[in-house]
Amino acid sequence: MNPYIPLGILLALGFGFALLSVGTSLVVGPARANVAKAQAYECGIQPTPQAPEGGRFPVKYYLTAMLFVIFDIEALFLYPFAVAFDQLGLFTLMAVVLFLLNSFFVADAYVWRRGGFEWD
Amino acid sequence: MTDLVVLAAEVNPSIPRADFSDTPVWLSLVKALMIFVYLLLSVLLVIWFERRIIGRMQQRPGPNRNGPFGLLQTLADGMKSMLKEDVRPKAADAFIFTIAPLIFATMAFVGFAIIPFGGDVMMFGHRTPLQLTDLPVAALLVLAVAGVAAYGIVLAGWSSGSTYPLLGGLRATAQLISYEIAMGLAIVAVFLYAGSMSTSQIVHAQQDMWFIIPACVSFVVYVITMVGETNRLPVDLAEGEGEIVGGYFTEYSGMRFAMFFLGEYINMFTVSALATTLFLGGPAAPPGIAAIGDGMFNGGWWGVLWVTLKLWMFMFFFVWLRGSLPRTRYDQFMKFGWKFLIPVTLVWVIAVAFMRAARPEVGFFGSGVVSLGGLEISIASLIVIGFIAAIVLGGTWLWETRTEQQTKAAEAAAAIPGEVDPFAGGHPVPPLPGQRLVESPRGRGGATALAEAPARRDGTDSTHDSTTSSDKEQHRG
Repeated sequence: MNPYIPLGILLALGFGFALLSVGTSLVVGPARANVAKAQAYECGIQPTPQAPEGGRFPVKYYLTAMLFVIFDIEALFLYPFAVAFDQLGLFTLMAVVLFLLNSFFVADAYVWRRGGFEWD
Repeated sequence: MTDLVVLAAEVNPSIPRADFSDTPVWLSLVKALMIFVYLLLSVLLVIWFERRIIGRMQQRPGPNRNGPFGLLQTLADGMKSMLKEDVRPKAADAFIFTIAPLIFATMAFVGFAIIPFGGDVMMFGHRTPLQLTDLPVAALLVLAVAGVAAYGIVLAGWSSGSTYPLLGGLRATAQLISYEIAMGLAIVAVFLYAGSMSTSQIVHAQQDMWFIIPACVSFVVYVITMVGETNRLPVDLAEGEGEIVGGYFTEYSGMRFAMFFLGEYINMFTVSALATTLFLGGPAAPPGIAAIGDGMFNGGWWGVLWVTLKLWMFMFFFVWLRGSLPRTRYDQFMKFGWKFLIPVTLVWVIAVAFMRAARPEVGFFGSGVVSLGGLEISIASLIVIGFIAAIVLGGTWLWETRTEQQTKAAEAAAAIPGEVDPFAGGHPVPPLPGQRLVESPRGRGGATALAEAPARRDGTDSTHDSTTSSDKEQHRG
């Protein structure tokens, strides 16, 4: 049996449960709409106008996302290395150490110095 | 995917994997149902548990009305949220607003599929392991599922059409992805020790010693990141109610909100279960009990008990953290992840790789032996010791430089003259640049932080004296 079938079963169970609970609540729960309920919640003040596509947000999150892509992909290279470690030998160990030095520590130090790890 | 199966089988055939050959699909369905019920019951219990423990920590009883000891409180809360109106703001994107909580709750369940609950047992005449499924990349699956669950959060924040959820969603995403790197790196050490990513093989590799001992640094990093990944106090910055109301689920109500709630608690169980599997021997009995009666408590259905106990230990830890620590600041938390956890974990992973390479049965560094003053030392251990010594020296050097800088900054801050009495003029005024508040004996930390701002103007120190004294006179005058 394909080992991914049980995974699909659990996924379907979870989704079914979530759908059922939300669906039941839609049927069972009350529905008394009014203008105030349909407004965005901002602690009682007039809600800030929002652009239809969610509005603008700080560009620094983009930086975090790019950093994540770079570093996470680099971390990904370590998994096959770790699993097949015993078969690979000294050359691969040195290669990985060099790889980490180059692309992790140098990149990390660069971003660090350029203030990429400053949040406020 | 078949390629990966073949690869894993070739890489480490020596460690036995869970054998699913006698498990028909309907039995998998039964096991999936069992996991599902186990998770729902655990969540019902843990919410009550958390509220009771937090109550004890805050010297109040906690929920104690519904059922014995208030055990049915969570069930009552669930029923209540089902009978509540499901409000959707007008500005929200209807479709995404609806599916975001579904994604979050669904994905929370999936991670549990690869957690081993025990050894092989007989179930309806079939011999099957107490584990829903096992993949060559099982441990990665939990990380992947957590990545999809992050979509639930970010989509919920984005689709609400409201300010606080948008901020909460962005914060949550930044936090999750930042800590996912450290988490992913921390478990590399476990894979190095086990030589596999399949959870049943990892558990088997821990027969002699749980990985919490050889991979102690990884364990500590994993525990820190797992709190960050589940958005729990003290790092629940995505929902920090003191700052952004409820974060990404501000606009959710009724059952959809309950789905986020459910997902969060199941996620707590999932990350704890992964920690149990990777570091605490999974379903293995604790060392003392494992020795009783030739391992009679170690295997079969007993594993469920041990896994549950270990999970609840982590649950108590989560609650304990929430009960004792204040919320961190967002920038501190992010800096801690990127500037401390990730570099430390990387160095640790390399150190583990070197230690593994020096084992005699692998012998990457050869089997040469040098004689130092009559002592026979193998070259391999020399290399490892040298490497670790270099890391420790480098670390101390960095640490010393940092402490030196901090001491200097503190000294410079303390050297600024002109303590000012804020109440001198009859009503309180903040200190002007170059002035310093009289330090209160209770708030020493706060006072230093305040004084740090003027400390940056070291270059203009000479002018401070005159301005400060004149300021003071003006002020007093």
